[in-house]
Amino acid sequence: MPTDRPNAVELVEAVREFLSDHVAPNVEGQLAFHTRVAINALAIVERTMAQGDEMDAAELGRLKDLLKQDGDLQALNGELARAIRAGEMDDRRETLLAHLRQTAEDKIALANPRYLTKRG
Amino acid sequence: MSKHKSEIETANLAAVLDDRVAEVYGPGTEIDGLVRLSGGASRETWSFDALPPGRARRPLILKRDPLDEKAPGPLTEGEVQLGLDRWTEGRLMQLAGEVGVPVPDVPFFLHADDRTSAGFVMQRLEGEALGRRILREDEFAAARPKLAFQCGQAAARFHSIPRDRLPPLPYLPVAEALDYNRDVVDSFDQPHAGFEYAFHWLRERLELAGDRVGLVHGDYRNGNLLVDGTGLAGVLDWELGHLGNPLNDLGWICIRAWRYGYYDKSVGGFGEVSDLLDGYEAGGGERVSLDSLHFWEVFGCMRWGVICMTLAFTHLTGKERSVEKVSIGRRAAEGEYDLLQLVD
Repeated sequence: MPTDRPNAVELVEAVREFLSDHVAPNVEGQLAFHTRVAINALAIVERTMAQGDEMDAAELGRLKDLLKQDGDLQALNGELARAIRAGEMDDRRETLLAHLRQTAEDKIALANPRYLTKRG
Repeated sequence: MSKHKSEIETANLAAVLDDRVAEVYGPGTEIDGLVRLSGGASRETWSFDALPPGRARRPLILKRDPLDEKAPGPLTEGEVQLGLDRWTEGRLMQLAGEVGVPVPDVPFFLHADDRTSAGFVMQRLEGEALGRRILREDEFAAARPKLAFQCGQAAARFHSIPRDRLPPLPYLPVAEALDYNRDVVDSFDQPHAGFEYAFHWLRERLELAGDRVGLVHGDYRNGNLLVDGTGLAGVLDWELGHLGNPLNDLGWICIRAWRYGYYDKSVGGFGEVSDLLDGYEAGGGERVSLDSLHFWEVFGCMRWGVICMTLAFTHLTGKERSVEKVSIGRRAAEGEYDLLQLVD
Protein backbone atom coordinates (compact mmCIF):
# COMPACT_ATOMS: atom_id res chain seq x y z
CA MET A 1 0.00 0.00 0.00
CA PRO A 2 1.33 3.41 -0.92
CA THR A 3 1.98 5.37 2.27
CA ASP A 4 4.68 7.38 3.99
CA ARG A 5 4.98 7.33 7.75
CA PRO A 6 2.91 7.57 9.83
CA ASN A 7 1.69 4.15 8.79
CA ALA A 8 -1.75 2.83 9.71
CA VAL A 9 -0.53 1.29 12.97
CA GLU A 10 1.00 4.58 14.05
CA LEU A 11 -2.17 6.53 13.22
CA VAL A 12 -4.41 4.22 15.20
CA GLU A 13 -1.97 4.36 18.10
CA ALA A 14 -2.00 8.18 17.97
CA VAL A 15 -5.82 8.31 18.02
CA ARG A 16 -5.95 5.87 20.93
CA GLU A 17 -3.42 7.93 22.87
CA PHE A 18 -5.35 11.12 22.14
CA LEU A 19 -8.60 9.60 23.45
CA SER A 20 -6.82 8.17 26.45
CA ASP A 21 -4.68 11.17 27.45
CA HIS A 22 -6.85 14.12 26.41
CA VAL A 23 -10.49 13.06 26.07
CA ALA A 24 -11.01 10.47 28.80
CA PRO A 25 -9.78 12.68 31.68
CA ASN A 26 -12.13 15.49 30.62
CA VAL A 27 -15.45 13.71 30.22
CA GLU A 28 -17.73 11.92 32.63
CA GLY A 29 -20.72 9.58 32.84
CA GLN A 30 -21.89 7.85 29.69
CA LEU A 31 -19.39 9.76 27.53
CA ALA A 32 -16.47 8.61 29.71
CA PHE A 33 -17.71 5.03 29.45
CA HIS A 34 -18.03 5.20 25.67
CA THR A 35 -14.57 6.79 25.44
CA ARG A 36 -13.11 3.79 27.28
CA VAL A 37 -15.01 1.49 24.93
CA ALA A 38 -13.55 3.35 21.94
CA ILE A 39 -10.01 3.14 23.38
CA ASN A 40 -10.43 -0.62 23.84
CA ALA A 41 -11.71 -0.99 20.28
CA LEU A 42 -8.63 0.77 18.91
CA ALA A 43 -6.38 -1.43 21.04
CA ILE A 44 -8.06 -4.47 19.41
CA VAL A 45 -7.25 -3.01 16.00
CA GLU A 46 -3.61 -2.50 17.02
CA ARG A 47 -3.24 -6.07 18.31
CA THR A 48 -4.89 -7.37 15.14
CA MET A 49 -2.44 -5.45 12.97
CA ALA A 50 0.46 -6.88 14.95
CA GLN A 51 -0.64 -10.53 15.30
CA GLY A 52 -3.63 -11.12 13.01
CA ASP A 53 -1.84 -12.34 9.88
CA GLU A 54 0.12 -14.95 11.78
CA MET A 55 -3.01 -16.17 13.55
CA ASP A 56 -4.94 -16.34 10.26
CA ALA A 57 -2.19 -18.40 8.64
CA ALA A 58 -2.11 -20.84 11.56
CA GLU A 59 -5.91 -21.14 11.59
CA LEU A 60 -5.98 -21.79 7.84
CA GLY A 61 -3.32 -24.49 8.23
CA ARG A 62 -5.31 -26.20 10.98
CA LEU A 63 -8.54 -26.03 8.94
CA LYS A 64 -6.89 -27.60 5.89
CA ASP A 65 -5.51 -30.43 8.03
CA LEU A 66 -8.80 -30.98 9.78
CA LEU A 67 -11.04 -30.90 6.70
CA LYS A 68 -8.56 -32.33 4.20
CA GLN A 69 -9.52 -29.65 1.70
CA ASP A 70 -8.20 -26.46 0.24
CA GLY A 71 -9.87 -23.07 0.40
CA ASP A 72 -9.74 -19.70 2.11
CA LEU A 73 -10.55 -19.01 5.76
CA GLN A 74 -14.14 -17.99 5.12
CA ALA A 75 -14.94 -20.99 2.95
CA LEU A 76 -13.30 -23.50 5.26
CA ASN A 77 -14.91 -22.05 8.37
CA GLY A 78 -18.27 -22.31 6.61
CA GLU A 79 -17.50 -25.91 5.72
CA LEU A 80 -16.42 -26.71 9.28
CA ALA A 81 -19.60 -25.24 10.77
CA ARG A 82 -21.69 -27.25 8.30
CA ALA A 83 -19.76 -30.46 9.02
CA ILE A 84 -20.13 -30.08 12.80
CA ARG A 85 -23.87 -29.54 12.44
CA ALA A 86 -24.14 -32.61 10.20
CA GLY A 87 -22.27 -34.74 12.74
CA GLU A 88 -19.47 -35.38 10.24
CA MET A 89 -16.73 -34.35 12.69
CA ASP A 90 -17.75 -36.78 15.45
CA ASP A 91 -14.90 -39.17 14.64
CA ARG A 92 -12.28 -36.40 15.04
CA ARG A 93 -13.42 -34.74 18.24
CA GLU A 94 -10.05 -34.41 19.83
CA THR A 95 -8.38 -32.61 16.94
CA LEU A 96 -11.55 -30.61 16.31
CA LEU A 97 -11.66 -29.39 19.91
CA ALA A 98 -7.95 -28.57 19.91
CA HIS A 99 -8.52 -26.44 16.82
CA LEU A 100 -11.61 -24.70 18.20
CA ARG A 101 -9.89 -23.97 21.51
CA GLN A 102 -6.81 -22.52 19.84
CA THR A 103 -8.98 -20.38 17.56
CA ALA A 104 -11.06 -19.05 20.46
CA GLU A 105 -7.90 -18.36 22.46
CA ASP A 106 -6.49 -16.34 19.56
CA LYS A 107 -9.72 -14.37 19.26
CA ILE A 108 -9.48 -13.45 22.94
CA ALA A 109 -5.78 -12.66 22.69
CA LEU A 110 -6.85 -9.96 20.23
CA ALA A 111 -10.12 -8.86 21.84
CA ASN A 112 -9.34 -8.97 25.56
CA PRO A 113 -6.01 -10.62 26.49
CA ARG A 114 -6.58 -10.06 30.21
CA TYR A 115 -9.36 -12.63 30.00
CA LEU A 116 -6.75 -15.34 29.53
CA THR A 117 -5.11 -14.65 32.87
CA LYS A 118 -6.82 -15.96 35.98
CA ARG A 119 -7.85 -12.62 37.37
CA GLY A 120 -9.11 -10.12 34.82
CA MET B 1 -35.12 14.77 22.90
CA SER B 2 -35.73 18.50 23.24
CA LYS B 3 -35.92 19.93 26.71
CA HIS B 4 -39.47 21.06 26.03
CA LYS B 5 -40.63 17.58 25.04
CA SER B 6 -38.99 15.94 28.04
CA GLU B 7 -40.63 18.50 30.38
CA ILE B 8 -44.06 17.73 28.94
CA GLU B 9 -43.44 14.00 29.29
CA THR B 10 -42.34 14.40 32.90
CA ALA B 11 -45.36 16.60 33.70
CA ASN B 12 -47.71 14.08 32.09
CA LEU B 13 -46.18 11.25 34.07
CA ALA B 14 -46.34 13.26 37.31
CA ALA B 15 -50.06 13.87 36.73
CA VAL B 16 -50.72 10.15 36.13
CA LEU B 17 -48.76 9.18 39.24
CA ASP B 18 -50.54 11.81 41.38
CA ASP B 19 -53.86 10.28 40.34
CA ARG B 20 -52.72 6.72 40.97
CA VAL B 21 -51.10 7.27 44.39
CA ALA B 22 -54.28 8.99 45.57
CA GLU B 23 -56.24 5.86 44.53
CA VAL B 24 -53.72 3.45 46.11
CA TYR B 25 -52.69 5.26 49.32
CA GLY B 26 -55.77 7.42 49.92
CA PRO B 27 -57.04 10.89 49.01
CA GLY B 28 -54.56 13.71 49.41
CA THR B 29 -51.55 11.52 48.61
CA GLU B 30 -49.13 13.24 46.25
CA ILE B 31 -45.82 12.37 44.67
CA ASP B 32 -42.47 14.03 45.30
CA GLY B 33 -39.02 14.00 43.69
CA LEU B 34 -39.92 12.41 40.34
CA VAL B 35 -36.65 11.83 38.46
CA ARG B 36 -35.63 9.64 35.52
CA LEU B 37 -32.98 7.09 36.47
CA SER B 38 -31.77 5.01 33.56
CA GLY B 39 -31.11 6.29 30.11
CA GLY B 40 -31.68 2.80 28.78
CA ALA B 41 -33.30 2.66 25.36
CA SER B 42 -35.37 -0.42 26.06
CA ARG B 43 -37.05 0.47 29.38
CA GLU B 44 -37.46 3.63 31.39
CA THR B 45 -37.05 3.70 35.15
CA TRP B 46 -38.13 6.62 37.34
CA SER B 47 -37.67 7.25 41.02
CA PHE B 48 -40.27 9.07 43.16
CA ASP B 49 -41.84 9.08 46.62
CA ALA B 50 -45.53 8.86 47.49
CA LEU B 51 -46.52 11.14 50.37
CA PRO B 52 -49.70 9.88 52.09
CA PRO B 53 -50.99 12.62 54.42
CA GLY B 54 -49.91 12.00 58.01
CA ARG B 55 -48.01 8.79 57.15
CA ALA B 56 -44.46 7.86 56.21
CA ARG B 57 -43.30 8.53 52.66
CA ARG B 58 -43.10 5.53 50.34
CA PRO B 59 -39.92 5.37 48.23
CA LEU B 60 -40.91 3.95 44.82
CA ILE B 61 -39.57 3.08 41.39
CA LEU B 62 -41.57 3.07 38.15
CA LYS B 63 -40.47 0.81 35.32
CA ARG B 64 -42.31 1.54 32.09
CA ASP B 65 -41.99 0.94 28.37
CA PRO B 66 -40.38 3.71 26.34
CA LEU B 67 -43.01 6.12 25.02
CA ASP B 68 -42.00 5.54 21.40
CA GLU B 69 -42.00 1.75 21.64
CA LYS B 70 -41.46 0.39 18.17
CA ALA B 71 -43.22 -2.60 16.71
CA PRO B 72 -41.38 -5.88 17.23
CA GLY B 73 -38.55 -6.22 14.71
CA PRO B 74 -37.10 -9.18 12.88
CA LEU B 75 -35.19 -12.06 14.38
CA THR B 76 -31.89 -10.19 14.64
CA GLU B 77 -33.27 -8.42 17.69
CA GLY B 78 -32.68 -11.77 19.34
CA GLU B 79 -33.60 -12.04 22.96
CA VAL B 80 -35.49 -8.77 22.89
CA GLN B 81 -38.27 -10.81 21.30
CA LEU B 82 -38.62 -12.82 24.46
CA GLY B 83 -39.20 -9.77 26.62
CA LEU B 84 -42.38 -9.66 28.68
CA ASP B 85 -44.79 -6.75 28.92
CA ARG B 86 -44.47 -4.65 32.07
CA TRP B 87 -47.71 -5.91 33.67
CA THR B 88 -46.58 -9.52 33.39
CA GLU B 89 -43.14 -8.62 34.72
CA GLY B 90 -44.65 -6.88 37.75
CA ARG B 91 -47.05 -9.78 38.30
CA LEU B 92 -44.13 -12.25 38.38
CA MET B 93 -42.48 -10.15 41.08
CA GLN B 94 -45.67 -10.23 43.14
CA LEU B 95 -45.92 -14.02 42.79
CA ALA B 96 -42.24 -14.44 43.70
CA GLY B 97 -42.77 -12.30 46.77
CA GLU B 98 -45.71 -14.49 47.82
CA VAL B 99 -43.48 -17.61 47.92
CA GLY B 100 -40.78 -15.93 49.99
CA VAL B 101 -38.37 -14.67 47.34
CA PRO B 102 -36.81 -11.35 48.32
CA VAL B 103 -38.27 -8.90 45.78
CA PRO B 104 -39.48 -5.31 45.97
CA ASP B 105 -43.23 -5.07 46.63
CA VAL B 106 -45.25 -4.12 43.55
CA PRO B 107 -48.11 -1.93 44.84
CA PHE B 108 -49.64 -0.80 41.52
CA PHE B 109 -49.51 -0.70 37.73
CA LEU B 110 -49.98 1.94 35.01
CA HIS B 111 -52.16 1.46 31.95
CA ALA B 112 -50.92 2.84 28.65
CA ASP B 113 -52.93 5.95 27.73
CA ASP B 114 -52.31 9.30 26.04
CA ARG B 115 -50.05 10.42 28.92
CA THR B 116 -47.92 7.37 29.65
CA SER B 117 -46.86 3.95 28.41
CA ALA B 118 -47.63 0.83 30.45
CA GLY B 119 -45.59 0.19 33.56
CA PHE B 120 -45.44 -1.14 37.07
CA VAL B 121 -44.43 0.52 40.31
CA MET B 122 -42.22 -1.18 42.86
CA GLN B 123 -40.82 -0.41 46.26
CA ARG B 124 -37.42 1.34 46.14
CA LEU B 125 -35.22 -0.85 48.35
CA GLU B 126 -31.84 0.06 49.77
CA GLY B 127 -28.94 -1.87 48.35
CA GLU B 128 -26.48 -2.29 45.51
CA ALA B 129 -27.15 -3.97 42.15
CA LEU B 130 -23.87 -3.28 40.36
CA GLY B 131 -22.08 -6.63 40.21
CA ARG B 132 -18.59 -5.22 40.35
CA ARG B 133 -19.30 -3.17 43.49
CA ILE B 134 -20.96 -6.12 45.22
CA LEU B 135 -17.75 -8.12 44.72
CA ARG B 136 -15.31 -5.37 45.61
CA GLU B 137 -16.70 -3.08 48.31
CA ASP B 138 -16.04 -3.71 52.01
CA GLU B 139 -19.65 -2.98 52.96
CA PHE B 140 -20.69 -6.26 51.28
CA ALA B 141 -17.91 -8.39 52.82
CA ALA B 142 -20.32 -10.03 55.27
CA ALA B 143 -22.98 -10.50 52.58
CA ARG B 144 -20.80 -12.17 49.93
CA PRO B 145 -20.29 -15.55 51.64
CA LYS B 146 -24.07 -15.94 52.07
CA LEU B 147 -25.16 -14.98 48.59
CA ALA B 148 -24.68 -18.28 46.72
CA PHE B 149 -26.83 -20.17 49.26
CA GLN B 150 -29.45 -17.40 49.28
CA CYS B 151 -29.56 -17.33 45.48
CA GLY B 152 -30.11 -21.09 45.39
CA GLN B 153 -32.86 -20.84 47.99
CA ALA B 154 -34.62 -17.95 46.24
CA ALA B 155 -34.46 -19.73 42.87
CA ALA B 156 -35.96 -22.94 44.30
CA ARG B 157 -38.86 -20.89 45.64
CA PHE B 158 -39.79 -19.09 42.43
CA HIS B 159 -39.14 -22.24 40.39
CA SER B 160 -41.80 -23.98 42.48
CA ILE B 161 -44.65 -21.53 41.77
CA PRO B 162 -47.46 -23.74 40.42
CA ARG B 163 -47.98 -23.25 36.70
CA ASP B 164 -51.69 -22.56 37.13
CA ARG B 165 -50.81 -19.49 39.20
CA LEU B 166 -48.52 -18.00 36.54
CA PRO B 167 -49.69 -15.46 33.97
CA PRO B 168 -49.40 -16.46 30.29
CA LEU B 169 -45.67 -16.73 29.50
CA PRO B 170 -43.57 -17.67 26.49
CA TYR B 171 -42.76 -21.41 26.54
CA LEU B 172 -39.16 -22.18 25.63
CA PRO B 173 -38.14 -25.77 26.33
CA VAL B 174 -34.48 -26.57 25.84
CA ALA B 175 -34.70 -28.03 22.31
CA GLU B 176 -36.59 -24.97 21.07
CA ALA B 177 -34.15 -22.68 22.90
CA LEU B 178 -31.29 -24.37 21.03
CA ASP B 179 -33.09 -24.00 17.70
CA TYR B 180 -33.79 -20.39 18.53
CA ASN B 181 -30.13 -19.58 19.21
CA ARG B 182 -29.03 -21.50 16.10
CA ASP B 183 -31.51 -19.51 13.99
CA VAL B 184 -30.18 -16.26 15.45
CA VAL B 185 -26.61 -17.25 14.53
CA ASP B 186 -27.76 -18.34 11.05
CA SER B 187 -29.41 -14.95 10.54
CA PHE B 188 -25.99 -13.26 10.78
CA ASP B 189 -24.70 -15.24 7.80
CA GLN B 190 -21.40 -15.75 9.59
CA PRO B 191 -20.78 -19.51 10.06
CA HIS B 192 -19.48 -20.10 13.56
CA ALA B 193 -17.78 -23.40 14.28
CA GLY B 194 -17.41 -22.78 18.03
CA PHE B 195 -21.11 -22.14 18.68
CA GLU B 196 -21.99 -24.88 16.22
CA TYR B 197 -20.02 -27.29 18.39
CA ALA B 198 -21.97 -26.07 21.43
CA PHE B 199 -25.32 -26.67 19.70
CA HIS B 200 -24.15 -30.15 18.70
CA TRP B 201 -22.75 -31.03 22.15
CA LEU B 202 -25.88 -29.80 23.94
CA ARG B 203 -28.21 -31.58 21.55
CA GLU B 204 -26.41 -34.87 22.23
CA ARG B 205 -27.04 -34.44 25.94
CA LEU B 206 -30.59 -33.09 26.10
CA GLU B 207 -31.50 -35.60 28.81
CA LEU B 208 -29.16 -33.72 31.17
CA ALA B 209 -31.33 -30.60 30.84
CA GLY B 210 -33.99 -32.25 33.00
CA ASP B 211 -37.67 -32.43 32.11
CA ARG B 212 -39.24 -30.20 34.72
CA VAL B 213 -41.13 -27.18 33.38
CA GLY B 214 -41.58 -24.08 35.49
CA LEU B 215 -40.96 -20.38 35.81
CA VAL B 216 -37.47 -19.43 34.61
CA HIS B 217 -36.30 -15.96 35.62
CA GLY B 218 -34.31 -15.78 32.39
CA ASP B 219 -31.57 -13.40 33.53
CA TYR B 220 -30.69 -14.63 37.00
CA ARG B 221 -27.16 -13.33 37.62
CA ASN B 222 -24.92 -11.00 39.55
CA GLY B 223 -26.04 -7.65 38.14
CA ASN B 224 -29.76 -8.33 38.60
CA LEU B 225 -29.47 -9.00 42.33
CA LEU B 226 -29.99 -6.28 44.88
CA VAL B 227 -27.59 -6.84 47.76
CA ASP B 228 -27.27 -5.08 51.10
CA GLY B 229 -24.84 -5.52 53.99
CA THR B 230 -26.60 -8.66 55.19
CA GLY B 231 -27.14 -10.49 51.89
CA LEU B 232 -29.68 -10.86 49.10
CA ALA B 233 -32.23 -8.05 49.37
CA GLY B 234 -34.06 -8.41 46.06
CA VAL B 235 -34.20 -10.30 42.77
CA LEU B 236 -34.67 -7.76 39.98
CA ASP B 237 -35.35 -7.59 36.24
CA TRP B 238 -37.89 -10.29 35.52
CA GLU B 239 -38.58 -9.20 31.96
CA LEU B 240 -37.05 -12.34 30.37
CA GLY B 241 -39.21 -14.61 32.54
CA HIS B 242 -40.59 -17.60 30.67
CA LEU B 243 -41.67 -21.22 31.04
CA GLY B 244 -38.85 -23.64 30.57
CA ASN B 245 -36.41 -25.76 32.49
CA PRO B 246 -35.71 -23.94 35.77
CA LEU B 247 -32.14 -25.29 35.99
CA ASN B 248 -31.34 -22.84 33.19
CA ASP B 249 -31.23 -20.11 35.88
CA LEU B 250 -28.66 -22.04 37.94
CA GLY B 251 -26.30 -22.50 35.00
CA TRP B 252 -26.66 -18.85 33.99
CA ILE B 253 -25.68 -17.47 37.40
CA CYS B 254 -22.48 -19.58 37.22
CA ILE B 255 -21.07 -18.44 33.87
CA ARG B 256 -17.83 -16.52 33.96
CA ALA B 257 -19.34 -13.38 32.41
CA TRP B 258 -20.85 -12.43 35.79
CA ARG B 259 -17.74 -13.02 37.91
CA TYR B 260 -16.16 -9.68 37.03
CA GLY B 261 -12.64 -11.04 37.35
CA TYR B 262 -13.25 -13.07 40.52
CA TYR B 263 -12.94 -16.26 38.52
CA ASP B 264 -12.31 -18.64 41.40
CA LYS B 265 -15.82 -17.97 42.74
CA SER B 266 -18.05 -19.83 40.32
CA VAL B 267 -21.37 -18.38 41.44
CA GLY B 268 -21.50 -14.72 40.41
CA GLY B 269 -17.93 -14.09 41.56
CA PHE B 270 -19.11 -14.38 45.18
CA GLY B 271 -19.73 -18.04 45.98
CA GLU B 272 -19.37 -21.77 45.49
CA VAL B 273 -21.49 -24.19 43.51
CA SER B 274 -21.96 -26.40 46.57
CA ASP B 275 -23.57 -23.48 48.46
CA LEU B 276 -25.83 -22.67 45.50
CA LEU B 277 -27.05 -26.28 45.29
CA ASP B 278 -27.42 -26.62 49.07
CA GLY B 279 -29.49 -23.45 49.07
CA TYR B 280 -31.59 -24.84 46.23
CA GLU B 281 -32.43 -27.91 48.30
CA ALA B 282 -33.07 -25.84 51.42
CA GLY B 283 -35.55 -23.76 49.39
CA GLY B 284 -37.49 -26.90 48.46
CA GLY B 285 -35.79 -27.71 45.16
CA GLU B 286 -34.47 -31.07 44.06
CA ARG B 287 -30.83 -32.14 44.49
CA VAL B 288 -29.34 -30.88 41.23
CA SER B 289 -26.65 -33.09 39.68
CA LEU B 290 -23.36 -31.53 38.70
CA ASP B 291 -23.86 -32.97 35.21
CA SER B 292 -27.10 -31.04 34.78
CA LEU B 293 -25.54 -27.88 36.10
CA HIS B 294 -22.64 -28.39 33.72
CA PHE B 295 -25.06 -28.75 30.79
CA TRP B 296 -26.72 -25.46 31.66
CA GLU B 297 -23.40 -23.68 32.14
CA VAL B 298 -22.39 -24.68 28.62
CA PHE B 299 -25.80 -23.51 27.43
CA GLY B 300 -25.32 -20.23 29.31
CA CYS B 301 -21.89 -19.56 27.78
CA MET B 302 -23.35 -20.18 24.33
CA ARG B 303 -26.31 -17.95 25.05
CA TRP B 304 -24.07 -15.14 26.33
CA GLY B 305 -21.97 -15.37 23.17
CA VAL B 306 -25.05 -15.23 20.96
CA ILE B 307 -26.37 -12.22 22.87
CA CYS B 308 -23.02 -10.45 22.31
CA MET B 309 -23.20 -11.20 18.59
CA THR B 310 -26.80 -10.02 18.48
CA LEU B 311 -25.86 -6.68 20.00
CA ALA B 312 -23.03 -6.23 17.51
CA PHE B 313 -25.36 -6.97 14.60
CA THR B 314 -27.80 -4.35 15.89
CA HIS B 315 -25.03 -1.93 14.96
CA LEU B 316 -23.77 -3.74 11.85
CA THR B 317 -27.22 -3.87 10.26
CA GLY B 318 -27.63 -0.16 10.91
CA LYS B 319 -30.54 -0.54 13.31
CA GLU B 320 -28.72 1.31 16.06
CA ARG B 321 -25.19 2.57 15.42
CA SER B 322 -23.27 2.34 18.70
CA VAL B 323 -19.59 1.91 19.53
CA GLU B 324 -20.65 0.11 22.70
CA LYS B 325 -22.91 -2.41 20.95
CA VAL B 326 -20.44 -3.18 18.17
CA SER B 327 -17.61 -3.64 20.68
CA ILE B 328 -19.62 -6.09 22.76
CA GLY B 329 -19.58 -8.28 19.66
CA ARG B 330 -15.98 -9.18 20.42
CA ARG B 331 -17.04 -10.49 23.82
CA ALA B 332 -18.81 -13.35 22.00
CA ALA B 333 -15.37 -14.97 21.94
CA GLU B 334 -15.41 -15.06 25.76
CA GLY B 335 -18.57 -17.20 25.76
CA GLU B 336 -17.05 -19.36 23.02
CA TYR B 337 -13.74 -19.75 24.87
CA ASP B 338 -15.47 -20.59 28.15
CA LEU B 339 -17.79 -23.19 26.69
CA LEU B 340 -14.91 -24.85 24.86
CA GLN B 341 -13.12 -25.30 28.20
CA LEU B 342 -16.27 -26.96 29.60
CA VAL B 343 -17.08 -29.45 26.83
CA ASP B 344 -15.45 -32.69 25.80
